Order: sequence, then structure tokens, then C-alpha cells
Amino acid sequence: MLEAAELRCERGGRTLFSGLAFTLGSGALLRIAGPNGRGKTSLLRILCGLLEPAAGEVRWKGAPIRELREEFARQLVYLGHAPAVKDDLTAAENLSIACRLSGFPATEKSIHAALETLGVPPQALVKKLSQGQRRRSALARLVLSESVPLWLLDEPLAALDAAAAALVTGLVAEHVRRGGMAAFTTHQEAGFAGVPVSVLDLDAFDA
Amino acid sequence: MSARSIHWFWYASPQTFYPLAGAIGRLAAPAAAVLALVGLYIGLFVAPTDAQQGEAYRIIFIHVPAAWMSMFLYVVMAFWAAIGLAFNTRLSAMMARALAPTGALFTFIALWTGSLWGKPTWGTYWVWDARLTSELILLFLYLGFMALQASIDDTRRADRAGALLAIVGVVNVPIIYYSVQWWNTLHQGASVSLKSGSSMAPIMLWGMLVMALAFWMYSIAVAMARVRCIIRERGEA
Amino acid sequence: MLDAVRCLVARDLLLALRRKSDVGTALLFFVIVASLFPLGIGAEPNLLRAVAPGVIWVAALLSSMLSLRRMFEADHADGTLEQMALGAAPLGVVVAAKALAHWLVAGLPLVVIAPVLALQYDVSPSLYGVLALSLLLGTPVLSLVGGIGAALTLGLRGGGVLLSLLVLPLCVPVLIMGAGSVEMAAAGLGASGQLLLLAAMLVGAAAAAPWAIAAALRISLE
Repeated sequence: MLEAAELRCERGGRTLFSGLAFTLGSGALLRIAGPNGRGKTSLLRILCGLLEPAAGEVRWKGAPIRELREEFARQLVYLGHAPAVKDDLTAAENLSIACRLSGFPATEKSIHAALETLGVPPQALVKKLSQGQRRRSALARLVLSESVPLWLLDEPLAALDAAAAALVTGLVAEHVRRGGMAAFTTHQEAGFAGVPVSVLDLDAFDA
Repeated sequence: MSARSIHWFWYASPQTFYPLAGAIGRLAAPAAAVLALVGLYIGLFVAPTDAQQGEAYRIIFIHVPAAWMSMFLYVVMAFWAAIGLAFNTRLSAMMARALAPTGALFTFIALWTGSLWGKPTWGTYWVWDARLTSELILLFLYLGFMALQASIDDTRRADRAGALLAIVGVVNVPIIYYSVQWWNTLHQGASVSLKSGSSMAPIMLWGMLVMALAFWMYSIAVAMARVRCIIRERGEA
Repeated sequence: MLDAVRCLVARDLLLALRRKSDVGTALLFFVIVASLFPLGIGAEPNLLRAVAPGVIWVAALLSSMLSLRRMFEADHADGTLEQMALGAAPLGVVVAAKALAHWLVAGLPLVVIAPVLALQYDVSPSLYGVLALSLLLGTPVLSLVGGIGAALTLGLRGGGVLLSLLVLPLCVPVLIMGAGSVEMAAAGLGASGQLLLLAAMLVGAAAAAPWAIAAALRISLE
């Protein structure tokens, strides 16, 4: 269970939000909503421990993530704005390295299968891929992250066509039905195959 | 929690420290002026002329205390930086930031007066003496600290990055100092040392001590004024 | 944890292999700087022999400054650095692997090519061993200490010059001991003392620098 307690976020001397609190239990799906510059990305980065909140803390199963560090990191997948793929590696190499670094090495076969699910040629160098394909090659990690309980996704549907977006929402819905939990940011409303989505509107925590 | 520790945290807040800094500054500034006058009087009029170096030696009344301060202030700066990093207190980081220019100034004064003293003594403005070389590297460390903080816009990141650099620097300073000393013996043999020390009259030592105190007071006064500027700049007064 | 180290080192070597020009430029810079000195100070053999250790070491120092910026910058830009910070291995271990990879790509070639430069300076062949050994012990320290600077200046404008400004003064002891060891050997005094000191610096840097780099990265990533 992920808990956010009285979080306050300051960027560049400006308070983005304060007093933000929520709990994300198993099987829950949370959409973080709010206009640009309200701190959606900052909130996700606070939740995964990249950013230290100005006040409050994030707890994972009751323990502050500041103390858990790698132990917590092993139980989450964070996909940020940047796709985190290297131009000079193939999509398969990128995915394999990402999985190894996160502590869940995957077989070559499953990596190829995951990339093909999202329609990315595994052996192509990433610099030859289109923007949307890069995005999808990063999202392919979700296919291999079934056993990772917490998914934190920053704009997972950006730069995706309708078919790919449906694939990704399908993956997320399946994850949540399995008892996983996920939080994501997005501009557009999206359906998750009948899985209820709770919404956290950052406007409500305006400082 | 004891009364004392409550006290400490009370003054760790910029708002409460702001008037205190003003009060300390108002005391330290005149003290610095009086002590400097006394020190210079001792140094320039009371202390006897040196048998070997004549009148030129009198620059040590500026040079030696400035060199002391330059090293001492770096350690103080690193101390505040470490406190700021460990306890996340904004005021400590502001103190470190406020001390850096004064430290750099004293380092520069030590170098300048050292080279002025070198001309009549060694016949050249610059010798690669171990002490002068270490001071030069110390000046680079100060400038690096200030340059790093100046190039980061986000104050939190600037404070924390500068703090880490100051700590890395202070760990390195003894290593730099000893390697420069070794390098000096390799290349120059036993070189002339600025502080021959052996035959220093007690009054000379007094002169230097008074000047050192004056520099202390000056540093405190200037650091307090600067910390007040920083607090106001960040809108926390 | 060891798997993460192996994986990262292999990845960085693979990337270097696919972008050979990056590796080549720093090495070429080293050779060019060292070749410029005789043009600036004259070709008198005794003079060249005397300045050779210092020149080669300063050139090595400058060349490794040149490549330091690449240690984290690309990973920062494409988001992989954040993934490393959220990896299963502690960040200190991850950055140690990054520093090791940086040294293999940017430091080790300098060690290999240095005797060729020593040849240009008519350095006695009996000193090649000491020169290479001093660089072998010293250049990893440059990668480790430099990594702190690279992490602190991550993503700043004018970061390259700032990085050198921060790191060069901290590298003075390595320069002194590195060049000094060769000079001591040339004077027939034995270089073991300086080489041992370099080794001590390497051990100290290897123990402390990764944690400093990790702390600096966390500050810069916020």
C-alpha cells in the first residue's frame, strides 16, 4: 500500500501543492489530474523517491520510502517523460538492460515477445524508430513487469495512436485486476476496460 | 529536549536570525575597526625592524593573519555546509554562501601580500613556494564553490550542490597541502619560508594576533551583513 | 548488485563501441596537446626530457576533463539516469560502475598511448613502466573525483568549463604524485613512495567518491 501524507511540493521558490494526502491500495488505479505546471510530474517523482517533498512523506507498506530506498525501488516501475532508451542500442538491448537494472532480468524470448506485442521491431536501433515507436519500446517494459506491484506512469498515452493507447490501457487494467496498483498522469480522459479510476485533482491542493 | 537545544533551533530559522545577525554585525564592525587600528599601530610603529629583512617584513602583519583566516574560513564554510546538508537547515546553507566571498578575499590578500613581500626578499613577485602554491589552489577551491552556486538557479539545489563540493574540498585540502609540500621539496630543496619564526619578538606575535582578531571581527560583520542580504533576497526576512 | 555493475559496464562499452568518435576525440586531444609543447618550448632534448613527465600528465588531466562531461550527461538527457537511480542496486554501486566504464573508455587508452608520447620526448625506455604505472593508478582517481564534478554540474549551462574549474584543483595531488613518480625514477631515487601514495589515493577515492557522486546525483536529479 502506498500512502502519501501531507505532501508539499516547492519548485523554484513556488509552492505547487500542499497538504496532499491519499492512499493507494492493492487493485486501485489513480489518475493524477491538473493543468500544466501544477506539479503532476513532480508528484510522481516524489512518489517514486526521485524528488524530496518540502514537507510530509511517502510511505510504502507503512515505512517511509526515504528509508527503504532500493527495497522500494525494486517494487515499482516508473516511466517518466523521457523514454529512457539509448539511441545507439536496439530496442531489445534497451529493454533487456532496463529489466536487469530494475532487478528483474528477462529472457531474450520474452523481451522480443514484449516488443512485438507493442509493435516495435526488436532488432532496430532506437535512433531509426519514430517518436511513437520509442515511446512504445519504453512501455514494453510494462508487459514484463507483471510481478512489480506499483506502476507510476507519466503521460503513458502521449504520442501514441489509438491502437497503442488501447494496448497500454489494457495492460494497466489487467495489472490492476491482478491486484497491482497504478498511478498515472494524463491530459485526456481514458477508459480502462471497466476498471474504476479514482481521480486526484491537484487544483484541490492549491497552496 | 533541553532548553539549550530549543534555543538552537529557534535561531536556525532565518526570520528569527535576521535581527540577531544585525545585532552581531553592529557589534563586530566597530570591533574590527578598533582592533585593526591597534594591530596596525603595533605592526607599523611598535614592532622592531627586522635585522635581515628590514622594514619589508612588516607586511606579515597582514599576510599571516589573512592566510590563517583564508584556511579557517574554508573549514567554517564546510562545517556550515555539512550541517545544512545533514539537517536540512536553510540558514546553514546561507551562512556557507555568505562566508565564501570573504574567504576568497582573504586568500587573495594572502597571495597578494605574499608576492609583495617576495619582491624585496626573493627578488621576484612570485615563487612557487609551498605555502603560496597551496593558497593559490585554495583560491581556486573558493572560486569553484562560488561559480557552482552562481550557475544554479534553483536555490535549494545550489545550496546542496555547493555544500557537497565544500565537503569534498575540505577533505581534499590536507592532501593537497601535503602533496604540494612534497612537490616543493622535490623541486626546490629547502626553500625560503615566509615564517622564519625562530627569532620572532613577542611583540610581533602580539601584533599578528591582534590583526587576526580584527580579521575575525571583520569576517563576522561581513558574513552577517551578507546573510541578511541573502535572507531578504529569498524573501524570508 | 554485481549483475547491475556488469550490465552497466557492458552497456557503456557497447555504446562507446557504437560511437567510436567520442572515444577517439579525447585520445586525439591528449596526443595533440602533448605534441604542441615541443613546438612551444623548443626541441632541445634535455629540456624535453625534463618536462616530459609533467607535460604528459597535464595532457592526461586535460583530456580526461574533456570526456568527464559525458559520464552522466547523455543518460540524464534521455531519462536513463532516473531509471538507474530507481534501480535495484544502490546508486553508489551504479555510479561506481559508471566511473569504471568511463575509465575503461577514457583513461585506459591514455595509459596505453603514453609510452608513445614519451618516445617523442626522448624519455629513457626504462621509465616507460613507471609512467604507465603512474597513469594506471592515477587516471581512475581522475574518473572518480571527476565524477563528483560531473554529477554536480549535471544539466547546467556552461557546465563543461565549470566542471573543469571544480575538478582540476581537486586533482592537484594526483598530478603531483603522478608526474613526481616519473621524475623520481628519472633521478634514480626510486618511485615506489609516490606510486604507493597514488595507490592510496586510488583506494581512498574508490571508497569515498561513489557515495559523493551518488549524493551529488540525487541533488542534481531533484
